Amino acid sequence: MLLFIVVPFILAIVFSLTNQRLMSPNAAEYVGLENYTNMLDLGVLVVDPVMDADGAILLDKNGDNQYPRLRKFTRNNPGYPDVKGMKEWFSFSWGEQKVAIMASDLVFMKALVNTFTFVAFVAPIQGALALVLALLINQPLRGIHIFRSIYFMPVVVSIVVVSLLWRFIYDGQNGLLNSALSTLTLGYFEPVNWLGNPDTALGSIMAMSIWQAVGFHMIIWLSGLQTISPTLYEAAKIEGASPWQTFRYVTWPGLRNTAVLVVIVITMQAFSLFAQIDVMTSGGPLDSTQTIVYQAVERGYGKQDISGGSAMSVVLFLIVLSISLLQRYLTREKN
Amino acid sequence: MADLQLKSIKKSYGSTQVINGVDIDIKDGEFVVFVGPSGCGKSTLLRMIAGLEDITGGELTIDGDVVNNLQPKERGIAMVFQSYAIFPHMTVRENVGFGLTVSGVPKSEKVRRVNEAAQVLQMEHLLERRPSQLSGGQRQRVAIGRAIVRDPKVFLFDEPLSNLDAALRMDMRMEISKLHKKLGATMIYVTHDQVEAMTLADKIVVLKDGEVQQIGSPMELFHNPANRFVAGFLGSPSMNFVSTEVISYDDTSITVGSEVLDAVTLPRNGRDVVVGDTLELGIRPQYLEPHHGDVKGALHGSVSLSERLGTETVLDVALLDGNKVIASISQDQQFEVGDKISLYFDVNRVHIF
Ligand SMILES: Nc1ncnc2c1ncn2[C@@H]1O[C@H](COP(=O)(O)OP(=O)(O)OP(=O)(O)O)[C@@H](O)[C@H]1O
Ligand SMILES: [Mg+2]
Repeated sequence: MLLFIVVPFILAIVFSLTNQRLMSPNAAEYVGLENYTNMLDLGVLVVDPVMDADGAILLDKNGDNQYPRLRKFTRNNPGYPDVKGMKEWFSFSWGEQKVAIMASDLVFMKALVNTFTFVAFVAPIQGALALVLALLINQPLRGIHIFRSIYFMPVVVSIVVVSLLWRFIYDGQNGLLNSALSTLTLGYFEPVNWLGNPDTALGSIMAMSIWQAVGFHMIIWLSGLQTISPTLYEAAKIEGASPWQTFRYVTWPGLRNTAVLVVIVITMQAFSLFAQIDVMTSGGPLDSTQTIVYQAVERGYGKQDISGGSAMSVVLFLIVLSISLLQRYLTREKN
Repeated sequence: MADLQLKSIKKSYGSTQVINGVDIDIKDGEFVVFVGPSGCGKSTLLRMIAGLEDITGGELTIDGDVVNNLQPKERGIAMVFQSYAIFPHMTVRENVGFGLTVSGVPKSEKVRRVNEAAQVLQMEHLLERRPSQLSGGQRQRVAIGRAIVRDPKVFLFDEPLSNLDAALRMDMRMEISKLHKKLGATMIYVTHDQVEAMTLADKIVVLKDGEVQQIGSPMELFHNPANRFVAGFLGSPSMNFVSTEVISYDDTSITVGSEVLDAVTLPRNGRDVVVGDTLELGIRPQYLEPHHGDVKGALHGSVSLSERLGTETVLDVALLDGNKVIASISQDQQFEVGDKISLYFDVNRVHIF
C-alpha cells in the first residue's frame, strides 16, 4: 500500500526538481525549482499607448487606443528581464495605460483556470443534483429501485466509452443534441459545434461530466439518507414540521458527514479531469479545454518532459491538498 | 385536553388485517393504557391515532371532530417514542422548543415556555447540553419535554420506558403519573409491561391479535377478567388454569373435580352447565395455599422448583397429571424438591372459564 502510494509520489517530487527527459541520453541534473518557476512565473507589463509626436494618443479604426506590440518587450529586450520569453495571458485598461499579465507558461495558466472553472461549476452542481436525485429516490414507492439502477448506469460504464458516446451527441453536424434542439424549437435553432467552439467546449464537457458521475454521488447521498432514523422523521411530522423544515432540521444535519465526503470526492475527481478531455477535445479548441492533468500527461509523455509533468502533478497535489484541508476546516464539528 | 373516540377502527397492510375493528371511548383527562403481547397491534393503533398510519376503516374523533384524514399537526397530539427520537444535533433547548420553532412562535415566548417545561421535568440544568451528553432517562425526559411544551390535547406514549433499566423505569413511571395529575391531560400509553399498566392507568385496554379483549379499570380487569386471555395476562406470576369435569350441579352451585382435584363446590353464578362438561378453573398463584403431604379436598402434586425470595416463596408444582401450577406464598417457607404437596384455595377466588 505504502509502496504504491508513497514511492511514485516521492519520485514525482524528485523528478520535478530535475531536468529529466524521457528519452534523453544525458543524465538528469538537479535544477532546483526551475520547473516550477518556468511553469508558474507571472509578470506584469504596463504599456503606454502609442502617441504621435505631439503626445496625442493614436486611435485605431474603432476609436480605441493603440498599444505597441508586446513582443517588443519580451523578445531580446534587456530593459525588461522580468518578462523575458513570456506571453500575454490577459490584459485590461488602467486609465490610458494597458496592463498586461504575462505568463511564462501560457498553456499551463489556461489549464489552471479551466480546471478551477470546471471544479467551481461541477462540484456544487453535481453535488446538489445528486442530493436532489437521492431525496427523490429515497421515497418508499414501488419500483423505485429501477430508477436507482438507471441513474447508476453511467457510473458503471467506462468514462472513455461515455466520452466517445457524447462526442456523437455533441457533434456539430447531425449530433443528437443539435437535432433535438432544432426539433424542439421547430428548426429555429442554429446547429452548434459544441466541442469545436471555444465558447461552448468547456461547458459541454462540464455538462457531460456532471451527468456521468451524478449517479455515483447519488448513491453516496442515499446511503447517508438511510442512516437517518425514520423515527426522527416521524417526530418531526408530529411536531408539525413542513417538508422544508424537515429537510433543514432533520435531513441536512443528518447528512453532515456524507456531505463532507461527497464534496471532497467530487472536488478531487473534478481536479483530476482528464479522460473526457483526452477523448473529446484533446485540450482544444484554442486551449479552451486544457486542464492540469491533461497538460501534465501531455507534457510528461507527449513531449517526454517528465520533470515538467511531475512538477505539474505536484502543484495539483498541493492544490487538492490545501482545498481538502480547507474543506475539513470549514465543515469541522462546531461546538 | 380532549376526549377521543375510536369507532370500529380497522387497519390492514395489503391483505393482512392487523386491527380488526376496535371501539374505545376515552374521556377527557383519562390515562388509558393499551396492553397486549408483542405484535398485537398496540403501536399500530397508537400510530393511527397520531396520524402516522392511515386508518383503513372506521372513524377516529378527537373532541368531536373526525380526524381520520388530518395531518398529525392538525390533530393536537404529541407523541413520545420508545427510542426517544430526539434530534441529535440540537441542544436540549432546541429539541424541547422544536415544535414551537417550526410553528413560528416568537423567541421570547419560546424561551419562556421551554423554561416552564424544563421546570416541570426538573431538567433546567440540562437545557444547553446535547443529547449525546445525556443518560437514557434524561433523553426520555427531553422527549417528554418536547411533548408538553406544545400543550397538546392528547399525549401519546409508545413504550417510553422500555429502553431504561429497572430502577430508572420505576422513577420515570412515577414521574409520568405525577405529570398526568399535574397537567390533567388525556394520555394514551402503550406498554407490554403489566405493572406499568396497572399502576398508571385509569383505564386499561387489553388487546390481542388486533382485537379488544376487555376495557376497564385495573382492578376491574384483575378481579373480573372477561376471558382466559385477560386473566392470564394480568397478574404476576400469571394465573393458573386447571381443567376439571362437572360432576353435579344445582341452582346455585357446581361441583367439579378431576384426577388431580378432589371434588369442590363452586358458586354457579347462572352459568349453563351439563354433567360431564369440561370447565377451566383459573386460580391466581397468590390464592393457592400449600400444605405438606397428601390431604383431602385440594389440588395434589409435588414440588418441582422452589424459589425463596425472603418475603415470598414461589413454588413450581407438578400436578399428578403432569400439568404445572405456580403457588406464591407471602412468607418464607421451606419445601424440598419432590415433596408431596396439597394446594388449598378459597372457592370464591376461583374464576371459571
Ligand atoms: N408496515 C407493516 N407491514 C405489514 N405488517 C405490519 C407493518 N407494521 C406492523 N405490521 C404488523 O402488524 C402487527 C402489529 O404490529 P405492532 O407494531 O402494532 O405491534 P405491537 O403491539 O406494538 O408490538 P410490540 O409490543 O412488539 O411493539 C404485527 O403483526 C406486525 O407484524
Ligand atoms: Mg410496539
